Amino acid sequence: MQHDSQGYWKATLGLLSRILVIWFACSFGAGILFADALNNVKLGGYPLGFWFAHQGSIYIFIALIFYYAKKMGDIDRQFDVEEK
Amino acid sequence: MDLQTTIYLVVGLSFSLYIGIAIWARAGSTSEFYAAGGAIGPKMNGMATAADWMSAASFISMAGLIANMGYGGGLFLMGWTGGYVLLAMLLAPYLRKFGKFTVPQFIGDRFYSKSASTLAVVCLLTASTTYIIGQMTGVGVAFSRFLNVSSDTGIYIGQAIVFLYAVFGGMKGITYTQVAQYIVLIFAYTIPAIFISLQLTGNPLPQLGLGGSFSGTDMTLLAKLDQVVSDLGFGKYTTTTAGSTLNMFVYTLSLMIGTAGLPHVIMRFFTVPSVKDARSSAGWALIFIAILYTTAPAVAAMAKLNLHATVNTAVKAGGDLYAPEASLKHADRPDWMKRWEKTGLLKFEDKNGDGRIQFYNDKTKNADAKAKMDAAGWKGNELTVNADIMVMANPEIALLPNWVIALVAAGGLAAALSTAAGLLMAISSAVSHDLVKGVFAPNISEKNELLTGKIAMAVAIVISGWLGLNPPGFAAGTVALAFGIAASSLFPAIMMGIFSKTMNKQGAMAGMLAGLLVTLFYVFAHKGIFFVKGTEFINSIGGANSFFGITPEAFGAVGALVNFIVAILVAKLTRPVPDHVRAMVEAVRIPRGSTTVTGAH
Repeated sequence: MQHDSQGYWKATLGLLSRILVIWFACSFGAGILFADALNNVKLGGYPLGFWFAHQGSIYIFIALIFYYAKKMGDIDRQFDVEEK
Repeated sequence: MDLQTTIYLVVGLSFSLYIGIAIWARAGSTSEFYAAGGAIGPKMNGMATAADWMSAASFISMAGLIANMGYGGGLFLMGWTGGYVLLAMLLAPYLRKFGKFTVPQFIGDRFYSKSASTLAVVCLLTASTTYIIGQMTGVGVAFSRFLNVSSDTGIYIGQAIVFLYAVFGGMKGITYTQVAQYIVLIFAYTIPAIFISLQLTGNPLPQLGLGGSFSGTDMTLLAKLDQVVSDLGFGKYTTTTAGSTLNMFVYTLSLMIGTAGLPHVIMRFFTVPSVKDARSSAGWALIFIAILYTTAPAVAAMAKLNLHATVNTAVKAGGDLYAPEASLKHADRPDWMKRWEKTGLLKFEDKNGDGRIQFYNDKTKNADAKAKMDAAGWKGNELTVNADIMVMANPEIALLPNWVIALVAAGGLAAALSTAAGLLMAISSAVSHDLVKGVFAPNISEKNELLTGKIAMAVAIVISGWLGLNPPGFAAGTVALAFGIAASSLFPAIMMGIFSKTMNKQGAMAGMLAGLLVTLFYVFAHKGIFFVKGTEFINSIGGANSFFGITPEAFGAVGALVNFIVAILVAKLTRPVPDHVRAMVEAVRIPRGSTTVTGAH
């Protein structure tokens, strides 16, 4: 079977951009650029902007990598290019 | 059992464990030597990557830095973890599919040029060597402080241990020892943190304790800390940024790109069996790293509060911080302060002659606090505390048992040794595989290549030990350079090699050179040409941090941008990529057909 390599790469890049948007939003957005505004919100004893910079971003990064690994597996199977 | 005997026992046990593993996991082939035979599962590889990545700096220094910087210290936390997202998605699976031993080999093949590969070797050697000097110095310091031997003896012992398991075990021996070292260092870091979190907040999880309330008061721990440090004239803990917001932004980005581009980290993803495993292994690595990295900010804030509470009774009891009797009498100071005073890392100078310790920021811009300090008759800050104490003295400050203190000693050594071994592996494979086999002696037999690799590693151990014994006086500044080089030269070249089919040899090389040179220029302008004192040319570029207020440590991201722009422009003007290279990129992008890593050129 001939692989649809363009379709595969397009799907991959789409997944990457979605993940990079979240990656950017939680660290550079919530943790740095909008930290001051978010500090008015409290998460338990944490000001929210401070929490994103010192804790939250790291948890989100982990979730993003596993989400990526799972979704890439799906895309591999969809385009029939997974490892055999 | 006294403290010193306990430390000898715990450290001795951990070392015999590492050596035992090394004997068990000897490398027999080049594939085992360079890539552990491609047989390490994603979780175990993640654990080894975590130990490889977390150096003496992460273990000993980071929490202290965060304690001093407050919110701004978050740039280390985000920067040194966010890079793994980039690594997992942009580099690791594709380099694993490519299926070769080293980073320069990928660059050489993808850009169909021996010169490109050699340029990558130069970048790799510079980044790894500057990084390893700090590790060896760290090994010496840790040994001398914990084992009561001289720093030089410490380095000799460290060299001997690394030699044993890195030279004979190669990547295979290193990987299994790193797994053991990870376990030692993570227990050493978290156990004291759990005790301290319980003491201060009643919550055993430091990550939750940091957001909890301060025991015995109705305030949250962070609000209490904010109040205490601002009353004492420091910046507010939860909002003080590292320089401008722009600098913090660029600094974080540089650390992320640098992390993803450091060869000794990338190389770890050649050891897993499949592309699928390379993707998830980065996630496992980040989980294991996060256990330490989410504990560190709690250690930082709690140690800072503990320290202030120790020298000023009004912190815990409430009431007037400036009252004369609130400051601790120097004669009544706890034993741990006496111990650390001997090392010179903690210093007391009674400036106003009242026999009590006043610990505050005497250069404060807070007029209200300043007036109260003057009214209280304070004549300047009297206590200086080296940031590295925060982690190492933490168990003593919290009055924890001797075995916990001994465990911290073993943990610090494990962190330094595991990173040193990973760096040595990167250096040795670049020399034996990319230079000797790739350039000088392409027909070398596997047996001789393995021997060359071992000799290269032994030489690298001797050189790095010698540099650790005679630190060139720039060890601290060079970490910025290692990250700057990885971010500005290696990361963009690898990424474009995968994500662009049109990036050609000329573009990639021009980009690497431009990114490297502009970063070196900015760093050298601040720190001296090749870090030689007196050769700084800071005035000719318009003063310190003249590029939009960006510090040299944060400049890697700018270098990477220059690399991308130059590479794209040059590629447009020069000859297009040959067809077989396009086909290669096509093949690297899909997982099907991946094989075990090999060294074939």
